Amino acid sequence: MIPEIGHFALILALCIALIQGTLPLVGAATGRRVWMNLARPAVLGQFLMVAVAFVCLTYAFVVNDFSVLYTAMHSNSQLPLLYRVSAVWGGHEGSLLLWAFMLAGWALAVNLFSRSLPEEMVARVLGVMGLLSVGFLLFILLTSNPFERLLPAALDGRDLNPLLQDPGLVFHPPMLYMGYVGFSVAFSFAIASLLGGKLDAAWARWSRPWTTIAWVFLTFGIALGSWWAYYELGWGGWWFWDPVENSSFMPWLVGTALIHSLAVTEKRGCFRNWTVLLAILAFSLSLLGAFLVRSGVLTSVHAFATDPERGIFILGFLVTVIGASLALYAWRAPKVGLGGAFHWSSRETMLLVNNVLLVVVAGMVLLGTLYPLLLDALNLGKISVGPPYFDAVFVPLMLPLIFLCGLGALVRWKQDDLVALMNRLRWVFILSLLLSIVIPFMMGRFSIMVTLGLLSAIWVISVTLYGMWKRIIGISGNRSFSDGLRSLTSSYIGMVIAHIGVAVVVIGITLVSGYEIEKDVRMDLEDTLTMAGYEFKFKGIETIEGPNYSASRGLIEVRENGQLLTVLHPEKRIYNVQTMPMTEAAIDSGVFRDLYVSLGDSLGGTAWAVRVYYKPFIGWLWMGSFLMGVGGFLAVSDRRYRLVKRRNKKKVVAPKVDMVEGVKS
Amino acid sequence: MKNRHKRLIFVLAGLAGLAVAATLVFKALDSNLSYFFSPTEVIEGEAPVDHVFRIGGIVEVGSVKQTGEGLTVHFSVTDNANNVVISYTGILPDLFEEGQGVIAQGKLGADNVFYADEVLAKHDETYMPPEVADALEEGKKKVESNGS
Repeated sequence: MIPEIGHFALILALCIALIQGTLPLVGAATGRRVWMNLARPAVLGQFLMVAVAFVCLTYAFVVNDFSVLYTAMHSNSQLPLLYRVSAVWGGHEGSLLLWAFMLAGWALAVNLFSRSLPEEMVARVLGVMGLLSVGFLLFILLTSNPFERLLPAALDGRDLNPLLQDPGLVFHPPMLYMGYVGFSVAFSFAIASLLGGKLDAAWARWSRPWTTIAWVFLTFGIALGSWWAYYELGWGGWWFWDPVENSSFMPWLVGTALIHSLAVTEKRGCFRNWTVLLAILAFSLSLLGAFLVRSGVLTSVHAFATDPERGIFILGFLVTVIGASLALYAWRAPKVGLGGAFHWSSRETMLLVNNVLLVVVAGMVLLGTLYPLLLDALNLGKISVGPPYFDAVFVPLMLPLIFLCGLGALVRWKQDDLVALMNRLRWVFILSLLLSIVIPFMMGRFSIMVTLGLLSAIWVISVTLYGMWKRIIGISGNRSFSDGLRSLTSSYIGMVIAHIGVAVVVIGITLVSGYEIEKDVRMDLEDTLTMAGYEFKFKGIETIEGPNYSASRGLIEVRENGQLLTVLHPEKRIYNVQTMPMTEAAIDSGVFRDLYVSLGDSLGGTAWAVRVYYKPFIGWLWMGSFLMGVGGFLAVSDRRYRLVKRRNKKKVVAPKVDMVEGVKS
Repeated sequence: MKNRHKRLIFVLAGLAGLAVAATLVFKALDSNLSYFFSPTEVIEGEAPVDHVFRIGGIVEVGSVKQTGEGLTVHFSVTDNANNVVISYTGILPDLFEEGQGVIAQGKLGADNVFYADEVLAKHDETYMPPEVADALEEGKKKVESNGS
């Protein structure tokens, strides 16, 4: 009964979404207030219906209702409760329902926090989001209904893929989807502005916090995924340039470009056309990601289910959304206009270069991801593009970007004297250079790539802090420290933290790539291996029983200078239901290094194949990503966004009256 | 500076950036592509000799052998028509198993043994990499046409 209620709620949600996606848009075009006013209640109704459906599916998992096909495929009565809940999005149908749920949630949030926006704008934004909902709900109902019954019911479920039975995977997909789906808000604002033909600084100020929040979620989602891959997949990598990773990274790159170009549009009114295009691209790439992952055209660890019918539906949806929005863009963009002029040595130029580099990098990643598909489709052979390609195009383009990330924030808007600025910063540069030459020697080996990476990162940190110091003491240089500190806006502090986060990630990547040690060895009882000053001693294997698996657990003692540091317990698990072997790595994490041990196969007798890795500074990757996210949150919490709303309220009242009269006459 | 000049500079800078990017990309693509070959194609000499490529098929039952004290493993992959011996040093992935699909990346030695630096098995017991599925299909056709 409960699953049928869920199914019915989804159908109702589709009906409401159809209303939400049509009448308010027509109303905004023809000036009918009543039709426009339908948007808000429709959003609420749609959200409630999708929420009911989501709760029904979750209920089926919690009570082990194996008469539902999807539950029987992805859960099991032995599965711990936490994983039964996360199994709701452990497969194709449930992930889509989560997408739809989040889309409805974002629309609801826009509805709640848009009291000060002009009614037409709200109607258009919510209308476009309604159309997107129609697409997703139709997709679910036509090709991937999670509530389909299995008759007769299964005695027990086929279990969740053991790889997904992990705390990291409980949060990784929802975070990522929040980011993907969040870009739909920026997209809808962009489409709404094209429809209305009006795009100004106020528009940028409205869409900026939404875009930043979506970006924050995407950042956390990608970082969590990378962290999960590192400790769960058992071979110690944190980024594989896997097509599915790429499809989350491309929207992130374009989204990063978008939040920077929105800054220009808000502050200076420039880049308007470009900002709109980026908003369309960011969401299109999110949809493309969904297509690549869900259609099964990719060979990837993530491609769990494949079904051509679904692929065709998403491809159709993708072509419609991208085609329609680009056509609208081509038609209306000239009306939006380019915005004000600026000098070549100005912050606008810096941000333009930032945008170009980010978009080019996204293009390179797109090429590397789609090229194999293209050749295969043309019957020119089956190829794969390896990580060296991505490294070769990524690093040379990212290095200049990171150098600019420090400098750009110091350059003034409109026009600045770059030569004088460089002159002021020369000591900062020399100091960064010295540090980045000395550190590689301290790590034991000099390498030009490490120096370049460190130089860019230390430069960003020092220039950013220098800029903040200058702001605190003021132009005249005699303001008291506490006054100065109080004068900093939270969006400025957010930017500082996010940029430092970028530098911290770069330090992590540089040092772990430069100095990691990875050894696969055969270890027998009492064998020892010395690596980077740590001594690893194999003390044998014991057998343990988990809630739904049994495991061989290794005991490896780690000593530093003869002192026992820790005992690591890597596991080789066999899950009872799917009888799938799984490697659980054991990691001793520290600020400056991780020690990583995982078990290979038994080599007969008491000997085992063992992976022993030394990973310097790897934790900085996730620490830096966390800082970037926190910076984003701080930027959104800026008082300016709330103040503007209050000011807008007064302004908006007058034109509203005009408009109503305009309709009457 | 006039607007026209400024636009010209931007366009030129953009073109220069594009040119650099395009060069990087094609150089990188060129040296990092690896083509996929089935065991039959390798036996028939279609695979390149001094370039990295990928080979895939089913791990032949009973062919996996540990050699010596180290971590070197020999096994053979088959598309049911032909098979190729693969040598790999290191730890095999969790789902590597006799009778299962596998993809290996590496180079073909002069002794006709494929020296792999990477072995991939998929993270799902029922999943078959599409390349391997195609190779098996081709192998089947080959056996049938030889038999008739």
